[in-house]
Amino acid sequence: MNKESIYSMNTAYRGEYTIWGYQFGSGDKAACIVGSMRGNEFQQLYICSLLSKKLSELENRGAIVSGKQILLIPSLNYSSFNVGKKYWITDNSDINRSFPGNASGQATSRIAAAVMDKVTGYSYGIQFASFYMEGVFVPHVRMIETGKQSNSLANQFGLPYVLTSVPRAYDKATLNYNWQMRGTEAFSVYSKYTERIDEESAKQAVSSVLRFLTRMGIIRYNCHAGYISTILDEEELLNIKSEKSGGFFRRLVYPGDEVVRGDIIAHIVNPMTGENTAEIYAPTDGIIFFCQDTPMIYQNSVLFKMIRRLHN
Amino acid sequence: MIETVASASMLIGEVMKVKKNHLAPDFPSGREKRLSIVSGLHGDEVSGQYICYEVIRRIKKNFEKLTGIVDVYPFINPLGLEAQNRYVPVFDTDMNTLFPGSTDGTVGEYTAALIVRDIVGSDICVDIHSSSIYMKEIPQVRINSDVAEEIEPYAKKMNTDVIWVHPSSTVMLGSLVYSLNEMGVKSMVVESGVALKIDYDYANQIVEGLFSLMTYMGIWNGESNHTHSPKIAGDKDVAYVNAESSGIFIPAIKHSDIVKKGDIIGNIVNVLTGSPEETVTAPRSGMVFSLREYPVIEEGSLVARIFGGTYE
Ligand SMILES: [Zn+2]
Repeated sequence: MNKESIYSMNTAYRGEYTIWGYQFGSGDKAACIVGSMRGNEFQQLYICSLLSKKLSELENRGAIVSGKQILLIPSLNYSSFNVGKKYWITDNSDINRSFPGNASGQATSRIAAAVMDKVTGYSYGIQFASFYMEGVFVPHVRMIETGKQSNSLANQFGLPYVLTSVPRAYDKATLNYNWQMRGTEAFSVYSKYTERIDEESAKQAVSSVLRFLTRMGIIRYNCHAGYISTILDEEELLNIKSEKSGGFFRRLVYPGDEVVRGDIIAHIVNPMTGENTAEIYAPTDGIIFFCQDTPMIYQNSVLFKMIRRLHN
Repeated sequence: MIETVASASMLIGEVMKVKKNHLAPDFPSGREKRLSIVSGLHGDEVSGQYICYEVIRRIKKNFEKLTGIVDVYPFINPLGLEAQNRYVPVFDTDMNTLFPGSTDGTVGEYTAALIVRDIVGSDICVDIHSSSIYMKEIPQVRINSDVAEEIEPYAKKMNTDVIWVHPSSTVMLGSLVYSLNEMGVKSMVVESGVALKIDYDYANQIVEGLFSLMTYMGIWNGESNHTHSPKIAGDKDVAYVNAESSGIFIPAIKHSDIVKKGDIIGNIVNVLTGSPEETVTAPRSGMVFSLREYPVIEEGSLVARIFGGTYE
């Protein structure tokens, strides 16, 4: 393992701020893994710590294929963790909305530019990302449809689902999008949680990356076959909202659960009276893919995303 | 007539409402031109609050002079304004990345979608901002080069000092004005002053601009005082001055001063050692139309923007 500085800058009160990367193996730029960019991405950072340990072990055992180099950058944003913020400490800008960056711009733009420079040229790019909505997911690989994405490669992670999505306005300023545009096969891996640690899904994420690296001939590792991924278009997900009211969100189902049309999947409870003000029903047969993870909810916001069961 | 554009029950006891004041002649022909004035998108920018008040007050005072429709949306991010939060509270997202919005998302996206739906059909939309807490701005219209030709004649009526035409590569894809321009509503951003404050001279200058614009659109027969003719800044005309060190910025000039290349803009000093870190000088001659307001600086912080062009 080789520690290398990815970017360094001076700050007014925090001393020198250096983003570190860790290299395993040497040779061709085979795979690059990037962890948390926001200060609430604890699970993403945790996954990186597990992966770092594992890659170190593999390297010591000589299980990284010779001539292949892996770069792991656990976090681009230590400061936001340290002060309990989601976005950049001084100006609230979002590093994952700053790509491809500008080396003479503001701090997050400089970080993005420096990172872009370091991570360009890798064959495969993996980022542990978080969703803009706070919630729980079925673990999946997400690919932005740039026209350059490879769904069949995404299957090699062996996670239950591969989700493809048309780029939204803000996607164009993300690492994943710009990585793809610069010729790296880029994947975003979504674990179950973001703001809290979940051992099981963290281990699943680590296994999926090790499986992918093995299948791409970058490491030698004995891994389970994993799932045969179902490929889904994000458009196919069904959004379920609370159209009647806000209040306490009492969930009755969780991501991964199968539901039947007409099942009550949540109650919205009036915080004053304790009465149910709304019942949320499953609109069709299928599987819960995402659910909001907040104790209370606003009216008209999405509570669940579900996968329709395909009747053949 | 006060109308509610979007509403959603919040978590407990309150309802979020975005409202507008629909001002129209008593006996409309149905062929009236329509101007939409939007403000309060960023909850820390309050100049627009006064501007909307003053525009509505003056129209109501001489209501018979109004020959078209003026829709005023003073607070499209009402919770941000109340909470002194630039972003959409709870979700912590910049609302100006969420347009055109979605009725299948968070409450911010839901609100954004309903606002866009309501504004569509307007001939012109002016989105009033007042910078950030970091920078003080001269009254300026910002438009993108791909729509500049169509919008410039209207922008020139806004009574600002500067019209800044951005290259289309820097277009903010999720912004309100970008979405509206895509949907055929000629839209522009007006910036002035600094967040959390109202600069009444600047604000009144923009109020006059809105009445001049209304006169030009043929929807106002009353008084309008066009006192400023804007200088047009293309991409090449604007130099960004970024700090290369950290500490406290002590300006050596005043906002909107004319400087010569090499003149000292200010010093960045180290508060612990008591010594200077950097002397920031003007990279070109011109007018300092943006100047750092918030004194704490990190490497990369924007300190000033200089408009060369006709000021050189
Ligand atoms: Zn603004």
